[in-house]
Amino acid sequence: MNAPHAMTAGTAAPATARYDWGAALKDASLAALVTLGLCIPIVLLRTDQGAGVDLLLRPRIGMVASFVAAVFAARLLHHVLLARRAGRPLVEQKAEVRTTPNAVPWAKMGLYAFMGVAMSFPLIVFLIQGGLSESRYWVDLGILVLTYVMLGWGLNIVVGLAGLLDLGYVAFYAVGAYSYALLSTTFGLSFWICLPLAGILAAFWGMLLGFPVLRLRGDYLAIVTLAFGEIIRLVLINWVDFSGGGAGISSIPRVTFFGVPFSADEGGFASLFGLTFSPMHRVIFLYYLILGLAFLTAFVTLRLRKLPVGRAWEALREDEIACRSLGINTTNTKLTAFATGAMFGGFAGSFFAVRQGFISPESFTFLESAVILAIVVLGGMGSQLGVAIAAIVMVAGPELLRNLGFLKAVFGESFDPNEFRFLIFGLGMVAMMIWRPRGLISEREPTAILKERRAISGSHVKEGHG
Amino acid sequence: MEVFVQQLINGLTLGSIYGLIAIGYTMVFGIIGMVNFAHGDVFMLSAFIALIVFLVLTTWLGVTSIALALLVVLICAMALTSLWGWATERIAYRPLRGSFRLAPLISAIGVSIFLANFVQVTQGARNKPTPPMVREVIVLWEGANGYAVALSYKQIIIMATTAVLLGIFWYLVQRTSLGRAQRACEQDRKMAALLGIDVDRTISLTFVIGAALAAVAGTMYLLYYGVVSFADGFVPGVKAFTAAVLGGIGSLPGAVLGGLIIGLIETFWSAYFSIEYKDVAAFSILAIVLIFMPSGLLGRPEVEKV
Amino acid sequence: MSASVTTAPAAAGTALWERDAVLAVDHLTMRFGGLVAVNDLSFRAGRGDITALIGPNGAGKTTVFNCITGFYKPTEGMMTLRQEEGATYLLERLPGHSVNWKARVARTFQNIRLFTGMTVLENLLVAQHNKLMIASGFSVLGLLGIGPYRADEARAIEKAKYWLDKIGLTDRADDPAGDLPYGDQRRLEIARAMCTDPILLCLDEPAAGLNPRESNELNRLLLDIRRDQGTSLLLIEHDMSVVMEISDHVVVLDYGTKIADGTPGEIRDDPKVIAAYLGVEDDEVEKVEAEVGV
Repeated sequence: MNAPHAMTAGTAAPATARYDWGAALKDASLAALVTLGLCIPIVLLRTDQGAGVDLLLRPRIGMVASFVAAVFAARLLHHVLLARRAGRPLVEQKAEVRTTPNAVPWAKMGLYAFMGVAMSFPLIVFLIQGGLSESRYWVDLGILVLTYVMLGWGLNIVVGLAGLLDLGYVAFYAVGAYSYALLSTTFGLSFWICLPLAGILAAFWGMLLGFPVLRLRGDYLAIVTLAFGEIIRLVLINWVDFSGGGAGISSIPRVTFFGVPFSADEGGFASLFGLTFSPMHRVIFLYYLILGLAFLTAFVTLRLRKLPVGRAWEALREDEIACRSLGINTTNTKLTAFATGAMFGGFAGSFFAVRQGFISPESFTFLESAVILAIVVLGGMGSQLGVAIAAIVMVAGPELLRNLGFLKAVFGESFDPNEFRFLIFGLGMVAMMIWRPRGLISEREPTAILKERRAISGSHVKEGHG
Repeated sequence: MEVFVQQLINGLTLGSIYGLIAIGYTMVFGIIGMVNFAHGDVFMLSAFIALIVFLVLTTWLGVTSIALALLVVLICAMALTSLWGWATERIAYRPLRGSFRLAPLISAIGVSIFLANFVQVTQGARNKPTPPMVREVIVLWEGANGYAVALSYKQIIIMATTAVLLGIFWYLVQRTSLGRAQRACEQDRKMAALLGIDVDRTISLTFVIGAALAAVAGTMYLLYYGVVSFADGFVPGVKAFTAAVLGGIGSLPGAVLGGLIIGLIETFWSAYFSIEYKDVAAFSILAIVLIFMPSGLLGRPEVEKV
Repeated sequence: MSASVTTAPAAAGTALWERDAVLAVDHLTMRFGGLVAVNDLSFRAGRGDITALIGPNGAGKTTVFNCITGFYKPTEGMMTLRQEEGATYLLERLPGHSVNWKARVARTFQNIRLFTGMTVLENLLVAQHNKLMIASGFSVLGLLGIGPYRADEARAIEKAKYWLDKIGLTDRADDPAGDLPYGDQRRLEIARAMCTDPILLCLDEPAAGLNPRESNELNRLLLDIRRDQGTSLLLIEHDMSVVMEISDHVVVLDYGTKIADGTPGEIRDDPKVIAAYLGVEDDEVEKVEAEVGV
C-alpha cells in the first residue's frame, strides 16, 4: 500500500531504522492543536433550548479535551506504525505495492463461500440461538444486509461496469417500492405479479432519466442523477393524492408463499405444511426471497459480462471515444446499463415494500444513494465479492456497534451508538478512499481467455468518465 | 406590482447568500476540477459557529450593540470556518490528489455526511432559533391595496456585506500574487509547480477562501432566517452549486450572477406558483442547466478532444 | 527520404484514384468559432490505394479524420463513401457509430486509445460487438443460453487469433492491453480496427514513436492488410520514409487548405510542399531546394 498519509507528507521519515520522534511529537501536537481549533466553539459550547424560547449555552470542556487527546494519540500511533514500517527492509514494502496475480480464483472462491454462508445463514443462526424466535434479530439483520448486497450489485452494473457515476440510484429503489405499494393497494395485485412489473417500471424510469444525461460526463452526471433522485423524492412528498405524501403508504399486503398466506388460521402456510405457526416462517421466507433476488442479480451480471453488451459496458468505461470508433452505439449501451441497473433496484424496492408493509419518502433520501454508492466503491468497482463484503461491513457493522455494551461504559449511559453511526460512516468513507481508493478488490477478471486466466491489476482499469 | 418589487428584494437577498456559497464551489472546481460536495455542509457549520459566537457575545459577555456583535460574529465565523475548510482539504482531499478520479468526489460525500452528523451529535438534532437580531424595516411605499413594500435592515446588511466582501475577494483574486498563482494552477497545475508555485498551498488557500465566504453566507443566513439546523447544508448547497453551474463553473462573476438568478427564481416561484415545489424547481433547473448548457452563462464551452 | 518509390504513378490524364474512389471528400470546411481548421478541402482516396495525408503540425489533418470518422460534423462539405457493391454513404449525415458499422470506416488514434484495463483478446472482441450483439439476440437469447451466440463467439475468437498472429501478439492475448509496450499497442490498435472489417482504414500517425525496426514492421503490416483484406488505407503521417515507401497517393495540407495532390514522386518535387514543410517564403524556395539537394 502506498496510500499517502494525510499530514505526514513533510515529516515522514525516510526508510531508515531511526525515526525522528521529535518531529512526530511536534506533528501530533500540531494535529491536536488543529483539533482544538476545530472544536471551538462547535463542540465546546452546546446550545440547548432553555425553559423559554432562548437558547442556552452549556460548556463541555471534557468533551473537547477527549477529542483533542484522541487525535493526539491517533497521530502518535500513526507515527509508531510508520516507524515500524520504516524499519522494515525496502523489498518487503515493494512486495506490498504489487497486487497478487492469483487474486481471481481467490475472488471466485470467496464469492462461492459467501453464497454458501448466505444460504445456510438462517440454519446457522437457528442452531446457535437455539430457537426460531430467538434468531429473529439475526435473520432480520441478514435480510437488511442482503438488500444492500442486491442494491450494490445492481448499482455495480451502472457504476462498476459501465463507469457511469449514478448518485440517484435510490430513485429506482423508490420506484420499485411505490410500484408494489400502489399496485397492490389500489388494484389488489399480488406480490408475484407486481415484482416483475416493478422491475419493468424501474427500468423504464432508468431509461427515461438516463436519456437526457447521456452526454454528460464526470461529476456533472453524478450531480444530475442526484437531482433526479431528489426530484422523485420531493414529488412523492408533495403529490399527496398519488403517493400519500410524507405520511407514506401503510398496510401494504404482506408476502405470501406463492399465494399461501403466512397466517395462523386454516389454509395458512403453517397448517398447509403441518407446522406449528410461527411468525418466523414469513421472516425466513423473506430472507430466502431476497437471497434469491440477490443471486439473480449476481447471476445476470456475471452472465452479461461475458456477453457483448457487458463487454461494451466495460469498454465504455475504458474509453468512450474508442467505442464509437468501433461502431458501438454508445447511447444504447449506456441506456441498457441504466435500465438493467434500475431494474434490479426496482426489484429490491418492491421487496423492501413487501417486507416493511409501510413505505414513505423518508426511506429514499440521498443518504441512501450515498450508502449504496459507497458499498460499490469500497467493494471495488465491478467486483461481486468486494461489493458483498462491503455491504456486510457497512450495513451490519454499524448495526452491531449498537449492541456493544462497553461503549456505554466508556461514554456514559446516555451514549447512543446509533447517533454516531453516520458520523463513523462518513469518516469511514474518507478513510477508505485514502487507504484503498480502488476498493477492497480492484482486480478485474477477464471475460474471455485464449490460454491462461490472469487477473488484471486495478491500476490499468479505468474508472469511466462519469 | 408591489408583490413583484417585494419579491425582487427578497430574491436578491437570498441570491447574495447563494452567490457567496457558489463562489466556493466554482473556485474549487476551477482549480482541482472537483465538485466539493461538502461545501454546503461547511456553510451549515459556519451558521452554527456564528450562532454560538453570537450567543456567547450577547448572553455571556453582555454585548448590546448588535452592529458590534455582528462584526465580531462575522470575523470569528470566517476564521473558524476557514480552519474547517483547511482541515477537510488537508485530511480528505489532498491525499487523493492524482488518485482514482472518483475518489475525491466520494471522499467529499463522506465529509458531507460526517459534517452534518458531527453537528447533529454535538449540537443536537433540533432547530436552533435565535432571537431576531435586527427588526427594523423601511417601508418603501404602500400600494393601493394596503400591501407595503418593505426593505428590512437585515436585507440591507446582507446585500451590503456581500457586496463589500465580494469586492475584497475580487481584488484578492485579480490583483494579488495569490490570485495569479490560483489562475496559473487552474490552467496547468504541473506547469505552475514547475515554475515554482506552491500548488498545495494555493489549493489550500482556495479552500480557505471558499470556506470563509461560506461563513459569510452562513452568518447572513442566520441573520436572515434566525434559525438553523444540522440538515440545512444540503439544499442550499445544491442550490448554490446550481448557481455556480448556471453562471458557468469556474467563473467568479458567473457564480454571483447565478446565485442572484437562483435566488430570484426561488422567491418568484414560491410567490407565484407553489411553495411546496420550490426545491423541485431548484433541482429541475440544476438538471436542465447541466444537460442543455453545461458551460453556463459566462463559462467557456468545452470542445471534445479526440 | 532514401526509399525509392515502389508504386508506379498512374497513367497520365486522370489518376487512378479519380476513376475509382472509395472516399470522395468535396469542399470540406470545418470551423471552430472563428478558426478555420479545414478550408474547402477536396480529395479522393482510391480503392485499394494507400493514401497519405501529410502536412505540417496544425495543418488540420486530424480534423479531417475526425470529420470522416464521424466525430465532428463538418461545417460544410460532403464526404461520400462508396462500397464495392455500390452502396454509397454520405458520412457527414451518419450518426457517429454508424460510420464504422454501416459505412465500414475504421480508425486509429494519434494518442492510442486502447481499452487498457481489458485484455488484448477482449479488445479485439469488443471490436466485433455489433455482430456478436445480433448473435446473442441482443443479449436476451445469450442470457438464456440459447441461440447461435456460442458458435459466433468462437468464430470471433478465431478472427481475433488471426489478427493476433498477424501482429505477433498471440502470446500476450491474455495480458491487459495497458501492459503492452508502446509499439505493440500501436499494432494492437490497428488490429482492433481491422476486426470491424472495414473497407477504409484511417490511421492517425501510426508510426509516431516507433523505432526504425518497428516502423518497418508497420509498413509490412499495412501492405499486408491492403493485399490480404483489400482494405483501402488513409493515413496521416509525419514519417516521410513511411509515406514515401508505402503510399500510392499523397495529399498535402497546409493551414487547412490542400496545397498539393499526387504520387509520392510528384509530391517530393513540389516546391510548394517543401516550402510548407520548411516554412520559407516562396522566393526562397529555390535556394532551399538547392541546399537540401532536390
